[in-house]
Parts: sequence; structure tokens; C-alpha cells
Amino acid sequence: MATTITMPQLGETVTEGTVERWLKKPGDAIDKYEAFVEVSTDKVNSEVPSPVTGTIRDFLIAEGTTVATGTPIAIIDEVAAASVNANAEPAAASAPAPASTNSHPAAKRGLVQTGTPEQALRGASPAVRRLAREHQIDVSAIRGTGANGRVTAEDVLAASRTAPARPASGTSTYGEPVPGTLIPLAGARRIIAERMVESKHAAPHAWSMVEADVTNAWKWRTREKDDFERETGYKLTLLPFFIRAVVESLGAFPLMNARFAAPSASSGQAGIYVEKDVNIGIAIGLATNLVVPVVKHADKLSIKGIAIASGELIDRARRNKLSADDLQGGTFTVNNNGANGSYASAPIINAGQAGIVTMEAIVKKPIVTEDDAIAIRHMMNVCLSLDHRVVDGYVASRFLADLKRRLEAMGPAGAL
Amino acid sequence: MAVSASSKVMNNVETVRETLYEAMKNDDRTVILGEDVGDRGNVFLITKDFVKEFGPERVIDTPIAEASIVGIAVGMAMEGLRPIAEIQFADFIYPAFNQIVGEAAKTRYRSNGEYTCPLVIRTPYGGGVRGALSHSVSIEALFYHVPGLKIVAPAFPADVKGLLNAAIDDPDPVLFLEHKKTYRLIKGEVPGGHYTIPLGKADVKKAGTQLTVVSYGLYVHWALEAANQLETEGISVEVVDLRSIRPMDRGTILESVRKTRKLLIVHEDNKFGGVGAEISAMVAEEALFDLDAPIRRHCAPDVPAMGYALPLEEEYMSSPGEMAEAMREMARF
Repeated sequence: MATTITMPQLGETVTEGTVERWLKKPGDAIDKYEAFVEVSTDKVNSEVPSPVTGTIRDFLIAEGTTVATGTPIAIIDEVAAASVNANAEPAAASAPAPASTNSHPAAKRGLVQTGTPEQALRGASPAVRRLAREHQIDVSAIRGTGANGRVTAEDVLAASRTAPARPASGTSTYGEPVPGTLIPLAGARRIIAERMVESKHAAPHAWSMVEADVTNAWKWRTREKDDFERETGYKLTLLPFFIRAVVESLGAFPLMNARFAAPSASSGQAGIYVEKDVNIGIAIGLATNLVVPVVKHADKLSIKGIAIASGELIDRARRNKLSADDLQGGTFTVNNNGANGSYASAPIINAGQAGIVTMEAIVKKPIVTEDDAIAIRHMMNVCLSLDHRVVDGYVASRFLADLKRRLEAMGPAGAL
Repeated sequence: MAVSASSKVMNNVETVRETLYEAMKNDDRTVILGEDVGDRGNVFLITKDFVKEFGPERVIDTPIAEASIVGIAVGMAMEGLRPIAEIQFADFIYPAFNQIVGEAAKTRYRSNGEYTCPLVIRTPYGGGVRGALSHSVSIEALFYHVPGLKIVAPAFPADVKGLLNAAIDDPDPVLFLEHKKTYRLIKGEVPGGHYTIPLGKADVKKAGTQLTVVSYGLYVHWALEAANQLETEGISVEVVDLRSIRPMDRGTILESVRKTRKLLIVHEDNKFGGVGAEISAMVAEEALFDLDAPIRRHCAPDVPAMGYALPLEEEYMSSPGEMAEAMREMARF
């Protein structure tokens, strides 16, 4: 029985996906739940499992092609699980033996089993599968020391200790940068590059900066942080306080929570679309990647609510566990650039938004107060890049002044 | 653990007796009640002469009415006493099921924290003593489903003392299971003075690298015997003594399984729905990708009871030899 596989919907609001890489060839045998294709959406790459056991008859689209969810992408000839044996299935019998088997170091030690990698993984324990993936070990090239020649987790680890390190394949990471070599552009890196060029070209960026006195907000945060961490497990930074001030300012200046809409194919009309929701993207720099998970409906959340939501997102980002939905729907972006000591920066707008603000480093400075005294205060620069097609300096500077006023009014006490 | 007096070697039943005696002496609120705990001094002589020293108001002989024993103890506990109720054999606990599950376990929740139920229910359980149908059962699986109830099943004298003290101190009901075959069989060093061992903490009784065995009660001793035999064969087995069945120490189990990648659970209770079912489900949920072999449960067959005839009892019970064979198979896998 032939089963048609369609492009899965990887997240509630995802409408299309790109076939990044086929993990199998037509004619390959495939187990139910075995991954056969890597699909990428905006920033998430996912391996998609087969819903049936059988043999792959055909792939319907080429690697790199983007199609709408629900579009047929592959056909699998389904077979009863019991008959999937190498001797019974002509497709499996005619499948070429993997060329890499003979060149694998384990082969030279005579540790070679027959069978394709796929067949070797059948019956492999979860630990063997995980370790083989982590260490990029071909299980079919290992002779098992377990019962009936089963490859054990210890066998995989032993093989990994003798196998040479392979270069990282680099779907979403740089791998180890090696001087004098080209790192192929792939996965998230490619998408980031394209998005940045697109935004910087399409949206005329203007830039502005204010300096805010966050002494009281800082005191408030310092007093609450231990209780907060004990209660929630997340560290309390100034970020949720800042986001709260930003969403309040966005409420006062709805044009900052908007996007420039190019002429659409249906209506042909360009314009400024003012967003209904206030969803704040948080730019998070990882070693080789940049992700912007979104705190949804941030205007409906207290500082504590924002702190928990952003804590969860940052935690998931660091563990590489963000879902497609986590990354969707942002209407404005906040970048905590000061965490690494930056004093001022000119950020690039996340395409499809009117602006982005940064929190720069908090620095203790002598300040002349209103009554001409000199005081030591915690000062922080706030930088804004805006899409000049959407708003002008008049709105933007009033937005920034409003944000500064709100930040300075926060603390030193209150309920989170 | 504050040890003020020197340690001494005792068996499990002597340790229970001495720990109860200290509890009676140190706190006037402590009351012992149960069948034959007074003049008879308990069927294992655990409370022998207690009634002479502490009087019949604190060492109470009850009728053969288990629901009343626990029901009265629940009332005592809610009103400020520290009752230690005894069910003479675990096989007789069923009439008290409603009092334990329906009343004691829910007191704190039902009263929104206004009342607690600092009650210990002690009972000898388990087989291998030719106890036949009504002196051999394991009852832990019937109770461990119940939130609000703590269940302890120590194997070693030092653990008996520390956990019984912790159970008596605990503000909520604790079911304290004493394996009757270990009563006089198992001797060990017991620290002097008052000390407690936290409820809900397992103990690695033997460290190993190739296989984790989780057990409790009598079977911990047999598992250790088997594991020591396997050590001479070059197979390294880690033995985790659960000690507390609920709260269950997930952390210690997971840490061990993540190290050895293989899990064998041995218990005397029936396999279906037993404590091993919860452990294997938990490990499958939390550590699937660390497992290098299917989880295995080596437990009693699903027959209604342990027979009196020796071949029937032996068929029902495991043995160090059977455990060693199960361990060898898992290690070879």
C-alpha cells in the first residue's frame, strides 16, 4: 500500500516548510518513526519521522524547495512490519552497500557486520542510537559484544574513542572555525544572513539613543532576585523590567508596534499595518547562532509574568529546545546588548517590525541632579533603530522619552 | 546524624524494640496501640514489658479490630498525641484500608493544613517464613498509589532506627513496613543516640558500573549476595536500596541508571502494578535515551498468595541464585 507523506505543520502558525535534506534514498527501507527528511522553517530545523514502515518509492520535491504544509513530498510503499526483511524485500536487496563501510576505521580492525546502517539501527537500544548520533558513529561498522552480536552502548563509546573526529556537518552551527577554510553557509546561519540583508536593504534605518537612570529599578530587582529565583528557578535580571516599560510605551505609541506592509498580491495595496498584539522578541546570541524567541501578549503580563516567560524562553534557547511557535509572531524586539558590556549599539531591525531597542551596560556614574547636587547613579543607555518608512523621528524620540520616563519611575519598591 | 552513644550490633527486631522504647521514654505524647502489644508484649516480643513501665494508657491492647486501631490512632494524632499503631501482620490491614487511605492520608489536605496526622502504622510483612496465605503478604503496592501517605520499608538495622525515628517525627502518616524474615536474620551495627534518616532517600548499598538493581526489604540482602557473587565473575552491579517507597527517590535511581544504562528491579510483591511498575515507567520517561537494554522486573508471579507448601513458597519467592542469573542475563545483553 502506498502512503503519501505531506509537508508537516511544524507549529501552529507555520504555513510552509523547506526540504533541507533527504536523509534516505528512494528504495531505502524505513521504519515507522525513523527520520527520513530534515525540514526547516524560519529558524527551526526538524527531522520528520515516517508515519509507516515500508520502502521509499519516490521523493516528490527536490532538496531546497519550499512548499506549503500539506503538499505531498514523498511516497512510501507500506509493508506489514513482519515482512521487512532483507531477504524478502527486493528493494532492500538491491540497495547498494554503503561505500563508507570499508573506509571506516573499525572495518580495518575487522569489526564489520553485514547490513546497511539502517538495518543495524533496528534493534539498537535508545542509548546506542543516541550515542551513535552524538559521536557520529556508523553502528553497522561495529561488531557488537552483546548478546547475539548486539552492539552495546559501550561498543559505541569504544568505537568513538578510536574513530577520528569528523568535521562538523554544519546545518546550523559553524563547527570549529579552522583558519584558511570556508565554512559552508547552511541552516540558521544562511537564514540569518538573508534576513539581515533583507531588513537592512528594505527598511531605511534611523537611530537614536537616550540615557536612563535605572538606580531604583536596579534596587527593586536586587531586592526581589533571591526570592524570585527560589520560587521560579530563574534568575531575575533587569530585562523583564525593561520589557514591561517597553510594552507600556508601545501602548502609548501604537505606531511603534506596527510594520511596513509592501503591496500584497491580493489587494495590491501598501500601507502601515498596526499590530493587534504586543509580542516582544528577545534577541539571544548563542555561540554560533542568533534566535529571537517571542514573549506573546507581553502587554497582558506583569513584570513577574514577563520574567517567567522570558526565563523559560532563554532556558529553552540555551538547550536548543525552542519550537517554531516560540519564534513566531514578534511585533517588536528587545536586545539586552549590555549583558556583554556594550555601551551603545545600532541594531538591525527584525524584518517586519517598526523598531528594535537595546539595553546597554548599566554603569555607575556621577550625575548632576535637578537640585545641582552630584549623586552616583546607575545609568543605562537605551538605543533604538526604527524603520523610517513607518515612523519619523518625531514619534520615535517621543517614544524613547516615554520609555526613559517609565524606566526611571520604576522602583525602588513595588509588587512584581 | 548526632551520635551521642557508641554503636552496637543488633538485629532488626531488637532495633525496632529499642527505637520504640526510646520514643516512649523521650516523649509522653507517644502511644502504642494494637493487638497483643500490652501484656503479651507483641507477637515478636517487640513491646515486652512496655506496659509495666509506661502503663496501659500508653500501651493499649486493642480488640481484633484493625479499622478501630487505625481510626482511634487518627483521632489521637489529630488531637496532639503521637500514636504508633501496630497491625499485627500486614495480611490483616485490609479492614483499616478506609481509615488509612480515606482518613489519615487526607487529613492535612481536607482541613486545609489546620490538622495534620502524625501517625505511624507499623506492620510486619513479607514471606519466606512458611507463613502461608495470611502471614506472608506484601501490601506496599496497595498503598503506594495514595498521595498523602508515606511508605518506608528498611532492610538494615541502622536504617530501621533512623527511618523509624523520622517516621515518628514526621507530621504526616507513615506506613512503616518491617520484613519479618529480616527480623532476626539481619544483624548490623546501629549507631547509638537519637538520629533520623530522611524519608524519601534511597541508599546505594553497593556501587557498580554495569547494571543497576533497585530493591527494598529482604530482597536487598539477596540482591547484594548475588551482586557480590557476580563481582567474582567480573560483572559490576550497583545495588540501590530504596528504603522509602513513597516518596520515591527518583534522583538516586536515575543517577545510577544513567551511569550503568541497565535497570533490573527485584521485589517480592507481585509484578503487575507493583512498585517496579512505577520505577520502570519513571525511568522510561526520564532516561529512555540512556537505556542500553529493556528494563526488567524480577518479581513474584501473579498468583493470589504465597502457598504454604515449601515448593509453592519457593516458587513464589526469588532467591540469590535466581537474582544472580537475571543479573548475568542483563549484563550479557
